[in-house]
Amino acid sequence: MSPSSAIAAGFASPVHDAQRLFRAVLDAFSHPGRIAPIDGAPAGPGGISPATTACLLTLVDHDTPLWLAPELDRPTVHDFVRFHCGAPLVAERADAAFAVLAAGGANPFDGFAVGSDPYPDRSATLLIEVPTLDAGAARTWRGPGIDGARRVAIGGVDAGFWRAWADNHALFPCGVDVAFVCGAQLLALPRSIATED
Amino acid sequence: MPEAAYNYAYLDEQTKRMIRRAILKAVAVPGYQVPFGGREMPLPYGWGTGGIQVTAAVIGRNDTLKVIDQGADDTTNAVSIRSFFAKVADVATTTSTEEATIIQTRHRVPETPLRDGQILVFQVPIPEPLRMLEPREIETRLLHALTEYGVMQVSLYENIARHGRIAKTYNYPVMVNGRYIMSPSPIPKFDNPKLDRSPALQLYGAGREKRIYAVPPYTPVKSLDFDDHPFEIERWDECCALCGSRESFLDEMIVDDAGKRMYICSDTDWCGRRQ
Repeated sequence: MSPSSAIAAGFASPVHDAQRLFRAVLDAFSHPGRIAPIDGAPAGPGGISPATTACLLTLVDHDTPLWLAPELDRPTVHDFVRFHCGAPLVAERADAAFAVLAAGGANPFDGFAVGSDPYPDRSATLLIEVPTLDAGAARTWRGPGIDGARRVAIGGVDAGFWRAWADNHALFPCGVDVAFVCGAQLLALPRSIATED
Repeated sequence: MPEAAYNYAYLDEQTKRMIRRAILKAVAVPGYQVPFGGREMPLPYGWGTGGIQVTAAVIGRNDTLKVIDQGADDTTNAVSIRSFFAKVADVATTTSTEEATIIQTRHRVPETPLRDGQILVFQVPIPEPLRMLEPREIETRLLHALTEYGVMQVSLYENIARHGRIAKTYNYPVMVNGRYIMSPSPIPKFDNPKLDRSPALQLYGAGREKRIYAVPPYTPVKSLDFDDHPFEIERWDECCALCGSRESFLDEMIVDDAGKRMYICSDTDWCGRRQ
């Protein structure tokens, strides 16, 4: 197989697919805990989900260094990101604007940029691959975008993750933002959201 | 068909990605002004360049766009922006608040309650609520960082000392989610209560100042006041001369050389439906 044919396909219609999928992501971030279907996302290079692939194609480019978790750090993903997004791949978490992680890793937020008090927007956005978005220990989420409270159950993340999240939320307005991705679905957890058992 | 010489929705894709990333950060930190690389638009600053860039970054072929200027669908600014997007984004337009998926507005919030899924895009001339009190950007940024908002409370108090009440009638400062003081753009204070826990997503774009900020749905937005001088909205003794409304924001019109006046709804869609 030649190197070029080894690269997975991107959007069929780059302009309109990016717009449509951005709206799905925006809807997810404005309604934390609500599952956004990422319909029509390309299959991607394998190893990362279609929803992650869609986020990379929609939001990542040469202005946004990308960090990949070691288990996702494969040549097919590299080639895909370099060819379609042109994003620099970085080895240090602190340099990343976006990152793709698998659920279950220790210290999921350590080392990522959280922004500063004058510029809290200069923080990383983490895409976390999880096995399911609607099963697991349910937690109560509260904050902007949620009418009162919402019960959300994310699979594959443990109590340690939620303790780390409480620390991240306590940094507000600084802190990282998270999008949980699973298959062709996405669910957002911006830093403004507090969670409890 | 959209204009072939331009990319869909006028902006190039890299610019849209940059604005989209800024919008997501703005949603994550409600009320915080995210700097963005504002582009030259084909109309002057002050005519909605910030709002247009935000709309261009979110709009798609399935959207229905409504544009209002001071509540009216038929004013120059509203007509121009609506036809701009009809031309460059191949998008359906409407004057109906209920049918619209995106509403770009200059200086009003529609009277018809908004619903979940709608996006309200505000055109913002001066995004910094503290600018008239502190001209240095580096200082206002620090005041926001430290939640050091005493200067704003003092300015409202000076209003009371001088006029006996808070005399600000538009661009009335609000506290978003208990953290950031935000300029709601020059909407009348009459509209401030509609921002509070609105089911719609509010996006604010300032083109000259190159700032984007947001209020996600169901987010508390409180108009600043004092315990003994609570926030109040405008009231009129008259009703709308066209539809009889007593609950909408009324414009005062002078109709002859003798100074005869009439009051009519500022929101033309709302008024038209009631006649």
